[in-house]
Amino acid sequence: MKSVLLGVALLLSVNIFAQSEKYVGAMQKQLLAMRDAKTPEAMQDVVNAFERIGNAEKTQWLPFYYASLAEIWYAFMLNDVKQFDALAEKAEGYIQKAEAIEKNNSEIVLVKGMIASLRMIVDPMSRYMTYGQQSAALVEESKKLDPNNPRPYMWQAQGLARTPVQFGGGCATAKPLFEEAIKRFETFAPASAIHPVWGKEQTEKSYNECK
Amino acid sequence: MLRLILILTCLLPLFLFAQTVITGEVTDSKKQPVAGASIAVKDSYDGATADSMGRFRFTTTEKGAQVLIVSSVGFKTIELTITISGSSMHVPVVLKQEITEMSAVVISAGTFEASDRKRAAAVLTSLDIVTTASANADVTGALKTLPGAQQVGESEGLFVRGGTAAETKTFIDGTLVNNFFFTSVPGIAQRGRFSPFIFKGTVFSTGGYSALYGQALSSALLLESIDLPEQTSANLSVSVLSISGGFQQLNKKKTASWGVNYGYSNLDLAFAVIKQQQDYFRTPAGHFGDVNFRIKTSKSGMLKYYGYFTSNRLGFTQQSLDSLGYFDKFSLKNLNFYQNLSWKENLKNRWRLNTGVSFSTNRDQIVFGMQDENKNDVLLNTLAFKNFDLDNKGIYANAKLVLEKKWKGLSALRFGSEWNHSTDKIVYTAFDGTIYPSTIKENIVSLFAEQDVYITNNLAGKFGLRSEYSQLLDKMNLAPRLSLAYKLGKNSQASVAYGQFFQNPELRTLPAAQMVSYQKASHYIAQYQKTTDKTTLRVELFYKKYDGLIKTEIVNGQQRATSNNGYGEAGGFELFWRDKKTIKNLDYWISYSYLDTKRNFQNFPEAITPNFAAKHTASVVMKKFVTALKTNVNLSYNYSSPRPYYNIQFNEGTGKFYFADKGMIQPYHNVSFALNYLPKIGKKDAKSFIVYVISISNVLNLKQQYGYNYSYNGLRKSELTPPSRMFVFIGAFISFGIDRSEDAINNNL
Repeated sequence: MKSVLLGVALLLSVNIFAQSEKYVGAMQKQLLAMRDAKTPEAMQDVVNAFERIGNAEKTQWLPFYYASLAEIWYAFMLNDVKQFDALAEKAEGYIQKAEAIEKNNSEIVLVKGMIASLRMIVDPMSRYMTYGQQSAALVEESKKLDPNNPRPYMWQAQGLARTPVQFGGGCATAKPLFEEAIKRFETFAPASAIHPVWGKEQTEKSYNECK
Repeated sequence: MLRLILILTCLLPLFLFAQTVITGEVTDSKKQPVAGASIAVKDSYDGATADSMGRFRFTTTEKGAQVLIVSSVGFKTIELTITISGSSMHVPVVLKQEITEMSAVVISAGTFEASDRKRAAAVLTSLDIVTTASANADVTGALKTLPGAQQVGESEGLFVRGGTAAETKTFIDGTLVNNFFFTSVPGIAQRGRFSPFIFKGTVFSTGGYSALYGQALSSALLLESIDLPEQTSANLSVSVLSISGGFQQLNKKKTASWGVNYGYSNLDLAFAVIKQQQDYFRTPAGHFGDVNFRIKTSKSGMLKYYGYFTSNRLGFTQQSLDSLGYFDKFSLKNLNFYQNLSWKENLKNRWRLNTGVSFSTNRDQIVFGMQDENKNDVLLNTLAFKNFDLDNKGIYANAKLVLEKKWKGLSALRFGSEWNHSTDKIVYTAFDGTIYPSTIKENIVSLFAEQDVYITNNLAGKFGLRSEYSQLLDKMNLAPRLSLAYKLGKNSQASVAYGQFFQNPELRTLPAAQMVSYQKASHYIAQYQKTTDKTTLRVELFYKKYDGLIKTEIVNGQQRATSNNGYGEAGGFELFWRDKKTIKNLDYWISYSYLDTKRNFQNFPEAITPNFAAKHTASVVMKKFVTALKTNVNLSYNYSSPRPYYNIQFNEGTGKFYFADKGMIQPYHNVSFALNYLPKIGKKDAKSFIVYVISISNVLNLKQQYGYNYSYNGLRKSELTPPSRMFVFIGAFISFGIDRSEDAINNNL
């Protein structure tokens, strides 16, 4: 009888361990797929996969965080402004689920800022008063929640780099922010293998283009 | 025992990891593949994404009864219960389209929308209203560049599709606005009283409008005021016409705000530089101000109050046509108060409440008279009737309640009631001191209901019915309204609209000499629209039939309504094209209207094309932002083909009206130009934001003719032209406490 109990206990513990290994494995697989996605279709597949993991793992915020982020990348890859509102709404839905699990998280707040930017691009002239300000405020909040997070600096710098000099943008103003981002990327250590680390390569690339 | 466990443990993994391959296709109800649809086994990681053919394939280790969740943007998510067994299974999935505001067809026949919402009817943004060169920051100015509206320069208002300006009614937050424009001055078009900056959305209906609105034969202009401001700020503006300042306070929680604004306008300076045709002994000057508060009553509820006052006076003389060497005198004093309180709130079970009240008072003190060459008031024997005073006092109250119940998807039922009260006290004092007072009191009670039906994303209808009871006329009316829209393709749609519209006789023909009733118009509209990301093309055909228009006769020297024997019709087609992409940084629109109309109403001797209707009307509006100069350049051109003019006289002998003179005026051309310079844009840490504006109307200094003024005996006439050929506006708008550089940055992200 003792051995039966032992066996069951053993089986159970293996099972729990396997679950979390399964989760991390699945997440890592999708993170690779996300990195390598070259087409909107591939990115859509990543979004769906993260959504599935999120729905199965009710206590994890990362799957929905990535689903939202991948949805934003998907929108930019499609580059069809007419669809941005619908896609932003979908991304918003994912990030809200992530935020319901994990509050006051710098990474989540930044994604919310990115969604606001996405909505603004639909019609900048008339939407910048609302979504432009919203996005800027969320980027600042993201910085405040984790001063060591390089990504809000990166997002801000990239925006500035693409803004005409006359509007207070341009490389000269973007450069110090890129440097702030790079400085943080060098020391940034993710909490785990599946926590957000993205953005370093893009930052360096944009920074070098600015030189 | 131990052996059994051993066998079981060995078998377990086998049992656990036995995989099933699930394949299938996701299609919509028309058997078209739904690419990118997500297929997931509930509470597991297993699933797939449909390919471009809608096909999917994945393996799962789940067994037995499982739930398959299939979803895609624009479709209703479905859950299928399946029993997973064996090594492979095939699951065909059919998704139903979700009817959403973003995907559904929009009922747009007869409707131009200026808002920041992305929908087919929104052809302009709220910013377009203030940056159109010929608009001069007047609410209706930009609307005159849209098809359907006439270029009438001698009087204010929107003349839509052969209708008079009185046939267009304006509503703010759902309730009727009386005296939307400043009080009429002979020969000079007046501006709207309200600043375009207090509105976030404008819907301009050129026909076939909703059953929620009434008492307008031609057109409804629906204005929606802004909600909470973005942040606390102060503003100041200085221009050649006025100075004003204000303050808006937003609470920390961003749930409530209040604000005050005050301004003083004086045209002394402008008229000193730009010579006016009229000789002003009192240049137009006045005070204006507003008080507002806005409270977020819940997540979706908003209570808004807007209180506004204007006071102004003016007086001028002009060469008299009746007696050479003498002058006609006109002076006006106006005081207007307007208050609007509105509340919208989502209730339980998808019910929504929209209610509002408005209250306004208006007083006009008008003096007509004559002066001699030394500018002394005189009373000329045969022309004594030209000296008289008018004292008009109006009290207006409007209330409206609309309840909306949303059914499935976007389908909704709206119904409610409206009450419009007006008391107009008119005191006419003749040259000899005789006083003719009259009071016209009116209460109109209306009931209305409207049902939106969205059959699919591609087909939608709106069925409405409105009934009004007028106390003054002691009559009821019943007006059906109907519109349908069908999506032809991804970017194109067709819509049709039909409706009956009733309106009371105009105040100036009252009190009626005999019993009169409602005037009626029937609209028939067909529209085709194609919208892409940056372009809009719209073609609209219309026919409008008027019945029961008011005919007038001269009774005691006044035009009085005598019958509903008037009639008329209007037909035509209109084009609108907007393009934001073909030329980089240039945004332009072109509109063209063809109008064929005739009517017999008021004092017309027979059915004629009225003097406010041109056969061809066209506008071109261009906007370009020059980044290097931080300047927005706006240019607009308005054209109108010759309009007819008439001198209609009354023959005392026959008791009939006749044409003493008629003809066609010259075609109308107007090129306007405006520059908005934003020096602080993008300045880091700027504490203020400044916009400098310079706008010039009729840049080419072309002669513009609106018609003729006639002497009483009809023997002499003079051209009716704008007060000055060219007009220049220069101003600066400054707001403090808003760092808008962030906006500009994000603007170009």
